[in-house]
This record gives sequence, structure tokens and C-alpha cells, in this order.
Amino acid sequence: MFAKYAYRRLSLLCFMLFTLTIFTFALNYLFPGELITNFSGEVNSSYAQTQVLVEKYRIEENIFVQYGAFMARMFEGDWGLSLSSGQPVLSHVKHLFPATLELCLYALTVAVIIGVPSGVIASAYHKKWPDKLINSLSLMGFSIPVFWLALLLIMAFCLGLGLFPMSGRIGLLYEIQPVTHFILIDIYLEGFPYGGAAFWDALHHLALPTVVLAMYPTTVLIRFTRDSMLEVLDQNYIKTARAKGLNRSQLIIHHALRNALLPVIKQIGLQFSTLITLAMITEVIFSWPGIGRWLIESIYQRDFPAIQGGLLAVSFFVIIANMLSDFIHSILDPLARNQAHGKV
Amino acid sequence: MRKLFFGVLCTALFGCTDQAPNKVNDKSQGLVYCAEANPVSFNPQVTTTGSTIDIIANQLYDTLISIDPESGEFLPELATSWQVSEDGKSFTFTLRDDVQFHDTLYFTPTRKMNAEDVVFSFNRLFDVYNPYHFVGDANYPYFQSIGLDQLIRQVKKVDEHTVRFDLFNAESSFLSNIATDFAVILSKEYADQLIELELKQDFDQKPVGTGPYKYREFLRDNLIRYYRHEHYWKHPVYMEQLVYDITTNGTSRIAKMLTKECDITAHPSATQLTVLEQRKDIEVEKAANLNIGYWAFNTEKPPFDNPLVRKALAHSIDFEKIMQAVFYNNGILARSMLPPSSWAFEAQQKMPTYDPEKAKEYLKQAGLEGGFSMTLWAMPVSRIYNPNARKMAELIQRDLRDIGVNARIVEYEWNTFIERVGRHEHDSVLLGWAADTPDPDNFFSPLLSCTATFSGKNPSNWCNPEFDLLLTQALDTNDMEERKFYYQQAQKMVIEQLPLVPIAHGLRFQATSSDIKGVSLRPFGGISLAEARRD
Repeated sequence: MFAKYAYRRLSLLCFMLFTLTIFTFALNYLFPGELITNFSGEVNSSYAQTQVLVEKYRIEENIFVQYGAFMARMFEGDWGLSLSSGQPVLSHVKHLFPATLELCLYALTVAVIIGVPSGVIASAYHKKWPDKLINSLSLMGFSIPVFWLALLLIMAFCLGLGLFPMSGRIGLLYEIQPVTHFILIDIYLEGFPYGGAAFWDALHHLALPTVVLAMYPTTVLIRFTRDSMLEVLDQNYIKTARAKGLNRSQLIIHHALRNALLPVIKQIGLQFSTLITLAMITEVIFSWPGIGRWLIESIYQRDFPAIQGGLLAVSFFVIIANMLSDFIHSILDPLARNQAHGKV
Repeated sequence: MRKLFFGVLCTALFGCTDQAPNKVNDKSQGLVYCAEANPVSFNPQVTTTGSTIDIIANQLYDTLISIDPESGEFLPELATSWQVSEDGKSFTFTLRDDVQFHDTLYFTPTRKMNAEDVVFSFNRLFDVYNPYHFVGDANYPYFQSIGLDQLIRQVKKVDEHTVRFDLFNAESSFLSNIATDFAVILSKEYADQLIELELKQDFDQKPVGTGPYKYREFLRDNLIRYYRHEHYWKHPVYMEQLVYDITTNGTSRIAKMLTKECDITAHPSATQLTVLEQRKDIEVEKAANLNIGYWAFNTEKPPFDNPLVRKALAHSIDFEKIMQAVFYNNGILARSMLPPSSWAFEAQQKMPTYDPEKAKEYLKQAGLEGGFSMTLWAMPVSRIYNPNARKMAELIQRDLRDIGVNARIVEYEWNTFIERVGRHEHDSVLLGWAADTPDPDNFFSPLLSCTATFSGKNPSNWCNPEFDLLLTQALDTNDMEERKFYYQQAQKMVIEQLPLVPIAHGLRFQATSSDIKGVSLRPFGGISLAEARRD
């Protein structure tokens, strides 16, 4: 049963990735400029160099051969050179992606830690003041645009009170050896240099971007948890449990929550794609050296190989993340496995 | 993962005194400078971009001599003394014998600086047999634009600490050109080592110099890190670390000054100066500066090859409005190509003024009364001579509409922008020039000479033999009055031909945290942080 489900999902995944590479490949033709430059990122190459590139990229052969060569290069890790820096695109992606991922993971963790309990509380006190308070707060958080929130927080906490720094991952005077490119892990691996000050500084820098980025998923999780809890609490087995004389906390924690969390877990996975989009905005505002900021800069600079590589990496990641959350959900929820068709 | 997390948490909570603290926990030993763009290169020989020179030149390198900003006299640097021969064609420099090169992760010097390093550094610029001459496309914009490659016959090592420059002809600006930020001394030993390792292309990216700071790392769009050069020959360096925070957005740079993430920032925009001036912990310095912001036309491209069209365009723009809206009256309206503080300055009678009727008249004479479309390139970074090119472009665009000319504003990232302008892809461009020496030649040869056209540094793409002759005549003599005469002719010619419209001379600003001392503004050249310290 599960194998069949997994097979369906995986074939869907392959199809998605295939479409994605077709799209990325097509971008080379859609971008203005020389095809060979879009592919390789080499500008002003000499005649001999151009010939080598034409050979390598199979420019003179038909489009299927070109696509084949393109896929082979992607697998080999040759994603071309960035036009603006002259460095390999893949090395940029490798260095920048962890920063984005780090930010997203912390934001998601915060969202789960705050969102789920708040939703539970709201449903437990349905139509009483805690419910109304949480509801209105989450509506506010849901409605406020992320860039506006970021600017407000910067105005209040950075410029006004001077409590938090407003840019970067860590004070620039701290030199941390990048190993994993996850700043907190790198600091740990280096053994907390600068007498531990670097670690606190990194946390300090993380605070505001995390809060900003966590705002949207938190509100979504609150609303989802609340709705799903209310639905479950309405069901007959809960009434039976209550009739048996269970008290409220037993009822909610042991009986209702487990069932109510299933759709929420699915939501957490789905939040990742929204989160990546929001992360791009957050990164630009807080000068966070992640992939989103780099991608946006590349778009400004018409750096085609970089746009291509960045888009491929980000969409690849979003698809994989969605797929993983789907799997986890189906492991936890047997009903989900019975869906006749996979969907993304 | 969980184990790791708890490991992190425990160590964070209970301190980590057992870990050998190889790094000092003292932020006061470092300086953060908010820079406005990525450096183009780490070798000042290969670029003239002001934002790059500010970052690399005076921090990593030294020159043979320098110019006193107050008196204009030459001061000894790596050279202790120098003699000029009778005919002015031969210059002999005596070098210091106690100058150490940087000891970095990628290079350890075994000897001190000597004559070979000097010979190597200058040979690279014009000697095709120098192994490094063609590294990076043999592009030495400053030296090529002033024609130094046609001036120096040879650079000769006389003995271990003496170098002689033989010139083809005597040129009065030779010493001031040797004193610019571009004429740095590189390490020959390092160059040889890279040849052995077959890593020649690293030479301009991983610098080794003699300056007060040494290179550590460069993360694009993020930061540049330097450490103190312990054996700096001139004086002990106070700052352990110097970090350049690359912040392209002007408002962010100001905000970082306010949150203390930056200690110094160059070119704060004039609108925000009041915000900074109100703060007690930030000092704003203002100084006159030798620079010019201009609007250059691509004079090889029709219709801009017609002086009448250039005149028409020049007369169509409202200079007063630009001074108010872009410079916030923190600049001087240009009355010639040269700023008033230059000794060769002469106010031009025929300077274009705002007169749309006259502009239309000129267009009619040129046979273009129906108007035309053009591109107007606006530089994407804020420099002294043009704090906000985008806004200036919008104002000009608006004014041009009145005479029937439709301008489209074009913007690129700074390095791409410079490259494309160098290839003359533009119709017209808003750009500028900040002088590197007080010599008036510095305003003409690097910008408007024929050699500058070939090296891509002449944004007007303008090559006028008559004009070049004036410049050569001015350089051939040492008589101040005569030189002044030629430069006045040259200024007149620029205004008559209008390959570019001089717009304004900006004042230079710098915001510094008040606890930082020892950083002062100079009227020309890049910034120097050698003596920066924290009180």
C-alpha cells in the first residue's frame, strides 16, 4: 500500500523536476543576449574559447542534444559562471543557500512553537476573550505586509531604541570560518571564538529577521490549528470522552490534539514555499547574505546564468520540501495514502 | 541534531573558557567602514573607480612619493629622496631600506622591498615583456589615459635601493602622476611565486603590498576584511582589523551609522546630512574637493557628433534645479571644466545656461526640430560629483521633453555600467571625475584625450587632435604661466565643443563616529585609514 503511494509520489516528483529543467533550459533562449553567454557566463571570449564552448554546449546540434548536454552539465555541477562576479554559479548557491535555509528553519521553528499552542488555546477558549485576543492578533499579523513589518521593527528596535543590529548575520569584526555555512553551527564548530561573544552576536542578528519571517507562518498555523481543533472538538468521540468524565486538559491534549495536528503538519510543509518567497524580501531588507538577496541582485544586474541557477536551486528545494512534508504526512495519516492521485 | 543543539546550548550558557580564545574579544580594536560598492580589483593600477580606490589604494599599498594636500609639495614615502636631471628627462629615486611586504596566508616575504619591486611594478604598466603585462587584458586605464606608456623609456635599477626613470621627453606632470594612488609598489617576489604556481590571475585578486593593512578575505556583496600590517614601516597601526561593509544602498549606510554598525561612511547623501548632524556621537566633515560631475555625449554616434545638437541639449537643462534637488546646495555650479580651486581655473563666458528657446533654435539649425529619442545612462552609485544620478537623470529627462527629445534612462550595476560605458554603448551618460592630483592635467588627459578614448576612459568618445596638442604643449613646459595659458585654452575648447557638459563640483562629506580619530578628508585621491584609532 505504502509502496504504491510512494511510487506515485516519486514519479510525480520526477515529472515536476523534468518540467523544471525544461523551463530552466528554455530560459537561455528567452533571455536577451548571446545564447553562449547565457549558458556559460563567459563574456568577451576569444574565437578559440568560443569554439570550445560551442563544442561543449553542443550549440550547433539540435535542441534535444543541447538539452542532453545541459542536463549532463547540471549533474556534473557545471552551472556556468556568474556574469557579475565571474565565479561559478554553483559555488554561490552552495555558500548562500544555507543562510536562507537557516533563517527559514528558525522562523518555522518559532512559528510552530508559538503558532500551535496559541491555536490550541484559542480553540479551548472558543468565543471567550483569549480566543478573541489571539484571533485579532493573528488577523493583524496575517494582514501586515512583511516588508512593512520589517521596516517598522527596524525603526523601533534598531534606529529608535538601538537594541538590535539591522543587517547581516553577525558583527563584521567577528571572523568565522565558514564550514557548513550555517552560522550558528560554524561558530559551534570553531569552539565559540571571541569568548562566546560571537555566538551571542549571531543570535542578536538573527532575532529581528526571524521574527519578521515567522510572522506569516505563525498566523497561518494559529488559524489552522484553531479551526482544526474546533472541528475535532465537535466530533462524537470527544463528546463520549467528555461524558466519561475526562477533564479539559486531558481531553484536549490526549484526544483532540493528536487528530487535530494532522492537517497542521501538512500545512507546515506547505509553508516552506511561501517562506522562501518571504525570505527573499526579508533578506533584502536585513542585508542577509542569502540566496534570495543574491537572486534579486542578479535580476537587477541581468546576470542570466545566476538567475537561472538561483531559480533552479530554489524551485528544486521547494518541490523537494513539499514532497517530504507530503511523505511525512502520509506516514502519520493513513487516510492520506488512499488518495487516488498524487498532487503537489 | 538534538545532541548538537544541546551542545551548543550548554556551551553557550556555561561559557567556554576552556576553549583557547585565539581571537580577542575586543571589538574596539576593529574599524568598520561602510563602502558603497564592491571593489573592481585589488590592484589600483588596473582601475580608476573611486569607490575601489577608496577601499584598496591607501590601505594596502604605498607609493614612491605623495602630495601634501595643503601645500601641494611632494612628500617622501617609499622613496626618501629624488633628483631630476638637467634636461628633465631622468628621475632618480632613492628608496627606503626598511619596508616589509605583507605576510599573508598565501605569501610569506623573505626579503624587504628593493629596487626590483619598483622596476617590476612600473614595467608591468608598459613593458610587453613583463610576464604580468597581459594579465587582466593589459588594461591600465589611468596610465594609458595619461599616456604614461608612451612617456617612460625605461625604468632602471641603479643599485639595490636606487631606481632611475628615463623618459622620452620632459613632462611637467610626471612627478604628480607618480604620486597618485594608482602608482603603487607591488612585490616582485610574490609575482614570481605566482608564476611558479601558475596562478598569475590571482595577482590582482589576492593582493600583497606594503601598506598599513593586509588582505584577509573578500566576500562579494558582503564584506572585505583586512588585518593590521604588524611591520608597517611608517608608524604602528592602531586598528587590529579593518572591515569594509559593502552597502550599496545610501539610506542603509546612514542607518548603519545610527545603529553603530559602521564607524565611518563616505558620501552620505545630502538629504540625510541633517539627521547625522543632529547626533552628538557622529561627526560630519565637509571639504572642498577637486571633482567634476558632467553629462557626456557619445560624440561618435549621430546625432551627437553634431556640436549643435550637443549645445541644444546643454541649453535645455535647468542647472539651478539640479543644484537644489540633487546637490541640496552642497555643491558648486560648474563654470568650467575645472573646479574654482584649481590654479588653472578660468570662468567660461560661454557656459551653457537654461534656455529652452535657444535649445530649440539649435536643434532647428541641426535639422532636428522634430526631436529624437536617446538613452541617458545614470550611474547607479552615489559619488561626490553626483550624489544621485538617477534623480538628475529624471530632471534632465523632464527638461528634454520640453524641446521634443525623448530620453530613456538606463541603469546597470556599477561594474557592468563602467564596462559598458567603456565600450561606448551609451548615447549620453551622467558621470564624473574626482582628481587624483592637484595638477590640472588630471582633469583633461584621463578624460578627454585621444589616448583616453582608446582605453575606454573617455565617456565622450571624443578625440580632437587640436585639443590633444594643447594638452601636450601644457605638459611640455615647466613655466606655470605658460601652462596656465594652455589649460585656459583647453577649458575654452571644452565649452565650445561640449563633448560633455560640466554640471557641478560636489563637496565631499564623510560621517565618522566621534570616537574615531585620525581620519581626515583630502581634496583629492582616495581615503586613508592608516592612522585611524579609537579614543
